[in-house]
This record gives sequence, structure tokens and C-alpha cells, in this order.
Amino acid sequence: MSAAPEVTRREFLQTATVAGAGLVIGFQLPAAGRAPAAAAAPFAPNAWLRIGLDESVVVVVDRSEMGQGVTTSLPMLLAEELEADWSKVRIESAPADKAYINPMFGMQGTGGSTSVRAAYTPLRKAGAAAREMLLSAAAETWGVDKSTCRAEKGAVIHTPSNRRLTYGKLVAKAATVPLPHDVPLKDPKDWKILGTRVKRLDSPPKVDGSAQFGIDVKAPGLLVAVVARSPVFGGKVTSFDAAKAKAVPGVKHVVQISSGVAVVADGYWSAKKGRDALTVTWDEGANASVSSASIAQLFAQKAEQAGAVARHDGDAQGALPGAATKLDAAYELPFLAHATMEPMNCTAHVRPGGGGGGGVDIWAPTQFQTGAQGLGAGIGGVPPEKVKVHTTYLGGGFGRRFELDFIKEALETSKATGVPVKVIWSREDDTRNAQYRPACSHRLQAGLDGTGQPVAWTHRIVAPSIMARVFPDTVKNGLDGEAVEGGVEMPYTIPNVHVDYVLTDTGIPVGFWRSVNNSYNAFVVESFIDELAHAAKKDPYEYRRDLLGKAPRHLGALNLAASKAGWGTPLPAGRSRGIAVYKAFESYVAEVAEVSVGSDGAPRVHRVVCAVDCGPVVNPDIVEAQMQSAIVYGLTAALWGEITIDKGRVQQSNFHDYRMLRLAEMPVVEVHIVPSTDAQGGVGEPGTPPIAPAVCNAIFAGTGKRIRKLPIGKLV
Amino acid sequence: MAAITFTVNGKRETVNVTPDTPLLWVLRDTLGLTGTKFGCGIAQCGACTVHLDGVATRTCVLPVSAVAGKRVTTIEGLSKNRSHVVQRAWIEEDVPQCGYCQSGQIMAAAALLAKNPHPTDADIDTAMTNICRCGTYQRIRAAIHRAAQGA
Repeated sequence: MSAAPEVTRREFLQTATVAGAGLVIGFQLPAAGRAPAAAAAPFAPNAWLRIGLDESVVVVVDRSEMGQGVTTSLPMLLAEELEADWSKVRIESAPADKAYINPMFGMQGTGGSTSVRAAYTPLRKAGAAAREMLLSAAAETWGVDKSTCRAEKGAVIHTPSNRRLTYGKLVAKAATVPLPHDVPLKDPKDWKILGTRVKRLDSPPKVDGSAQFGIDVKAPGLLVAVVARSPVFGGKVTSFDAAKAKAVPGVKHVVQISSGVAVVADGYWSAKKGRDALTVTWDEGANASVSSASIAQLFAQKAEQAGAVARHDGDAQGALPGAATKLDAAYELPFLAHATMEPMNCTAHVRPGGGGGGGVDIWAPTQFQTGAQGLGAGIGGVPPEKVKVHTTYLGGGFGRRFELDFIKEALETSKATGVPVKVIWSREDDTRNAQYRPACSHRLQAGLDGTGQPVAWTHRIVAPSIMARVFPDTVKNGLDGEAVEGGVEMPYTIPNVHVDYVLTDTGIPVGFWRSVNNSYNAFVVESFIDELAHAAKKDPYEYRRDLLGKAPRHLGALNLAASKAGWGTPLPAGRSRGIAVYKAFESYVAEVAEVSVGSDGAPRVHRVVCAVDCGPVVNPDIVEAQMQSAIVYGLTAALWGEITIDKGRVQQSNFHDYRMLRLAEMPVVEVHIVPSTDAQGGVGEPGTPPIAPAVCNAIFAGTGKRIRKLPIGKLV
Repeated sequence: MAAITFTVNGKRETVNVTPDTPLLWVLRDTLGLTGTKFGCGIAQCGACTVHLDGVATRTCVLPVSAVAGKRVTTIEGLSKNRSHVVQRAWIEEDVPQCGYCQSGQIMAAAALLAKNPHPTDADIDTAMTNICRCGTYQRIRAAIHRAAQGA
């Protein structure tokens, strides 16, 4: 992790102006109360904090709130050291600015379960420095030694005399105090806010309809666009006839943009009817012959080739022939769409005017602010500082909103029409024009000795590469380090291990999907180790446990989950248990699933016991919520998730054929946190990878049927 | 275009729109009530749920012509200051994550409790068919039970 960027006061003041502009047009994140205007906040010692004369403590949240709780967990970090009165804390969404670069990415973005880890030290330091400045201001006011003062719940108290000044009364003087450096942070045993179940600051606006999502953005003269895109990935417009679209009442413009043809109207319904009436001829391009069958064939061919070596311990090929028991298995996983509840959308206003008059505003539910800013600068023909990015609440992200395709469409359509435009995708658009979790194929072999101990393990991963599309420079000699994540880190003690990767492009775009490539490698590794346990005639929990001697944090999570689940105790008739443990984003998660299979062959998951070791915990309630959420996300995919391709087209379109788990199908999920002072991990994604193998291992335990291809569907 | 009159959150509204426009888009684009959400457009997910004469109704496929003379309550009109027992229970349980589906979930839960003040788990399973991609279902269930106890 690189150091947090130093932000000077002058840089911050520029930032504050930008934040103020966001406020004027009303796109700050509403919390329980409204954030005050910047003008009324004389004390702004850094990019994340403003304290107002009215005692309000505004924390500028520089990560995107997509449900994972950053608008609560990040303010908690700052408020702890500030000794703030939590009831006075308000939140505001950060603009795109170098002050807000994610130090784990080198760009301003939210993903990779990094938010709390990246902010853990910088935000606490920011709060501690501000607290010291307020203490100095009070000591100076009273003419007493600073060491005789203490900060407590939004006030400074002079301990000997019990005199008290609230922060709001100290802001003017505090603003003149030099910024202190290297203020020591509090001992965790003295924490009052961190580690507690603080209520989310974003719950109130999310229960009365006032939370502003991207799709809710309003602006004077705003028009709505719906875009006709190529039915085949990579296809281009040959020609189009706008006459019928323009005849739809409310349609104002029909313009060609790089992704297709945008129909711009006075509202979504007119725009959609216009789009439906549009006639477009497409050059479908090279992908028109791609199908799920052709992709499976390609994977099968590639699986026969040696790949780029990702891990090589000992001599697995040499050890396999002499093994007492040999296992050989092939696993397959499908493409998956994200299906955020809020379909993709973005509002943009590209204002023409050379010579400094032009500028761009982008209002977006985005995970990637500096990416949006750069795109706005390119399309708008203005320097980046002329591009204001207003991040709204995100109606789900899951990696889909790290992409910029929907932002590009809004920018191009606004530029072509000269008016502010909100592009809204239908659910069908959203399902069919994404960057999918890679479909992939895996070939594994293992050898056991006479006692069942594994002596060799090989794993070939045949998959498209996300990084080859988004950051091609990171792919070296055919090896995408992300694609093999979790396959390489297979944690069991085995003397001979070989993992290789065959990068296989299918023509279907692939992208970040909650837990990314961990979602497939966890399924494969944790299913295959279960196969080894069975071949060794060992209990699958005990077999793992005995092989995790070099992986203490895996073991801790595994043991806690097994113990809380009552591993080995009787279950109601027809139910069985499965277990899996996996590390992702530096957190260690074990899950035990209790499953039955109905007479119709449909699996039913009744209970999931989850144990997580994510190091120091900021808010246990949010950790629990994220584990529940990640489990539902992974379980939905494991049961039914599958995007299939025919003639280069996605065959699924909406929730009737891309099925989502609903409340009646929800298992009871119990979350247990391993007490830990080890290195901190993320929590947004690590709960997803273990659920598919835990469920499939439970199905095997109950039925003897080994699931090597997802989704599970019905067992026949 | 046609003039259609109905009541929204206690206020009489007359809108001039094409009569096949779904109520959802009249609420959002014409009346500016954006608390009711667009999720699927085929009445599968329930993000667009409002009360139509007190009954939970999905508005993304409901032509506005069908609500002439009727009474519509949206999330904005459910209570003043989030005081409805379901809203209070939702905050108490910290149900929302991304929050996008929650307007619809709350409207569905409020309609359920209005006709069945003490629902069983099975009643909740049957009534609450809205989709939540954040998987807040366990907390939704807990919040409904809490609301049934007065939140």
C-alpha cells in the first residue's frame, strides 16, 4: 500500500469549492440531516472534514456508497479520533479530485474491498490532527496548558476547572492553528465508536424515497435518452432510419453515438417507445457466430495446451504416476451478469464554449470518479478540472459500475444534442450489454498416498482475462495474475503443486463481478479438495483442518464455522452439510451450508453459518450485513446464474429468465467474527466465493452427486 | 395525449400524457416523485410498488389510464418524517444496503401489515416477493416482525 496523498490546505480549498458547487444543485448524499454549505464551515483542516459553527461535522466520503456501508464506516474512522459527537456527523459525497485518490489503486475508485483498509490510517490521522487543533484553540482561549484539556463528544473540556467549549465555538480559532504532524492514534481499547454497532447514516433517506440515486437526477431542461445498441458484441451501425422514432410524441432528437443510436425524449417512456420504433441496420462483425457451444469447444481445445505457469512447487507431474489414488476432474462455470437493482444510467451536460467557457458535469452512480472525469475531459474537449463529477448513491455496484460505458453514452449524447441528457438502460439493455464474470473451464488432477494424504495437485485455468481488456500492461507472458487468484494461493499443504493459466478470449466482454475471479477459483479449489477428502475416506472438515497447518487464519475461520454450525451433529432428515474456506481481499471466510434436495430435484439451502476473519473490525453490524449480502449474491449465481450466448447475442434479458433469489428462498445466515488483530481485510466481497462450493459439497454429502458445472439448476 | 386525474399522496393531480404511459413514469418523470423505482419493467422485481386504493401494486406495467379517479400512495406519502411503523422498523434493523429496492419493499410490507397485522414467516414469504440484490431479506423479515410489535 502506498502512502496517502498529502493534501495541502490550498488544494483542499479548491476542493471545497467543488463540493460547494455540488451542494448548490443538491447532489450531496442526504443523511439524517442536510450538510451545511461550505461557507458556514470555517474549520476545514483537510479534504475530508468540515466543522460548522452549528456544531455539524461534515465528513466528505470519497468512496462510492453502493450498499457496503462506506458512508458510515469511513466517518466512524474520522469521528473516533476527532472525539466527535456522532449525532452531529453528516456526510457528503466527494467530487473527483486528486485529494481523494484511493491509495490502493492510484485512482479515485471504489472496488476490491479496499475502502476501509485504504482509509483506516489516513482518516483516523485526519481526525486526530483536527482534534489536536481544537484542543490547542481551546487552551489558547482559556490561557491554560493544552495538556490539561481533553476532547470528548464534540467539545473540549478543561479538566481542572471543568470549563467546556463545543467544537462549533472553537472553529474560528482552530482554523488559525498550524496543522500538527504525526499525532499518535488512540489505543483500540479506548475506542468509543470504532468496533461498535453504529447505525448507518444512509438508512433514513433510504426509507422515505429521498436518497438520490443516479436515475433520480433532475436538472433544468434535462432530456432522457434510450440507446439502441448492436445485438452482437462489437457490432457497428451501418445505417438507421429515424422517421418512425421521431414520430413518437415526446421524441426530440435521434443521434448516432459510438455505441449505437440514441433516442432523446422528454421522458423515459417516450424515449423507449422511440427506440423501439427505430430501424437500425447493423454490421454484426466477427462475433456473430459465437455461441456457448463454440466457447465450450474452444475451452476444451485450450485445456489440452500447457498454460502460463502461475505456481510450481516440487514436481507434480512426476509425483502423480506413483500416487496410490489418482483423481482427475473438469469444472465449468458460466458467464454471469451483475444485475444491479438500479439499471445503468448516467446524466451528463457537455457545455460547449472554447476559451474557458466550456465545461462538463457528470452525475453518476459510478465506482470510478477519475475515470469518469478523464472521459468527460476527452469528450468535452476541456481540461479535467473543468469536469465536475457528482457521485450519487449507487443502486448496487458489484463491479459493474467501475465500467465507463454508460457514462460515455451520456457524454456523447449530451455533446451531440447540446442539452443535459440522462441515459437510462432498460433491464434488458443492462442484462445484454455488460462485461460479464468470465466463463471458464478448469482441469484438475491430484494424487493421494496410501494414507489419503495428497502428494500432488495440478490446476489448469482456461479463462478469458479481465485485465487484458482493462489494464493490458499487467498481463505478462500470457499470465493474468488476477485470473489465477485463489488458485495460486491454494492453502493446503501439498508437496507438489502446479497451477497454470491459458488465456482464452471468447469475444464476449468480461469484467469485475463481486469477488471477481475468486468466484470461480474458490468453487473449483474447494470442490476438488472435497473430492480428495472423499477419496481419502476422511471427513471433509477434518481433512481440510489437517492440511491447513501453514494457513492459521484459514484454520481459525474454518474451526469457528464448523463449531458454530454443529459440524458432525445430527440434522433433520433429508438435510446435509457442506463446508468451504477461502481467502479473498485479505479476509478469511469459512461457510457451512445446510441443504436438502426436493422431490423435484431443486436444492434448497436452509442455513448458512459463516465465520469471517477480517482483522480489526470497524462496524460489526456492517460486517454481518456484508457477509449476508455476499452469500445471497454467490448463492443466487450458484443456483441459477448463467448468461448463455447464441449467434453472438446474450439469450437472457430480464428477471424472468435470469433468476434472482427471493425472500422465501433465503436461508438463515449466521455470521461469526473471528476476534483478530491481524492485518485488516475487506468485507464487501470475501463472503461470496465460499458459498457455491459449500452448497455443492453439501449436495454431494446428501446425494452423492458431485456438481462440477454451475449453475446447479435441478438435480435429476 | 389525454388528461387523466387521480389522487397522489392526498393531492389531486391531472396529468397530460399518452394514456399507455406506465404509472411509474408518470410518477417519476411527470410528477417528480422519484422515490418509486424502475427495476425491470415487467412487474418481476417490485421496485416500483405503490399503494393503489391501499393495495400494493407494481406500476411499471400499469397504464396511467387505469388509475383515473383512484388513490395512489407512494413512498413519499407513506408518512411524514419516516414515522410509519414500517419505516421505523427498517431504520431500527438497519435493513437498507444500496437501498434501491427498499421503497418497494417498504410499500409491500406496509400493505401486508395493513391487512395482516401479525404475519407469520409463511405469510411474509408469500407477500414479500420483491427482489433485493443486496440480499437484505433476513433483515426485512426481522423488520416486519418488529413492525408488527409496534417497532
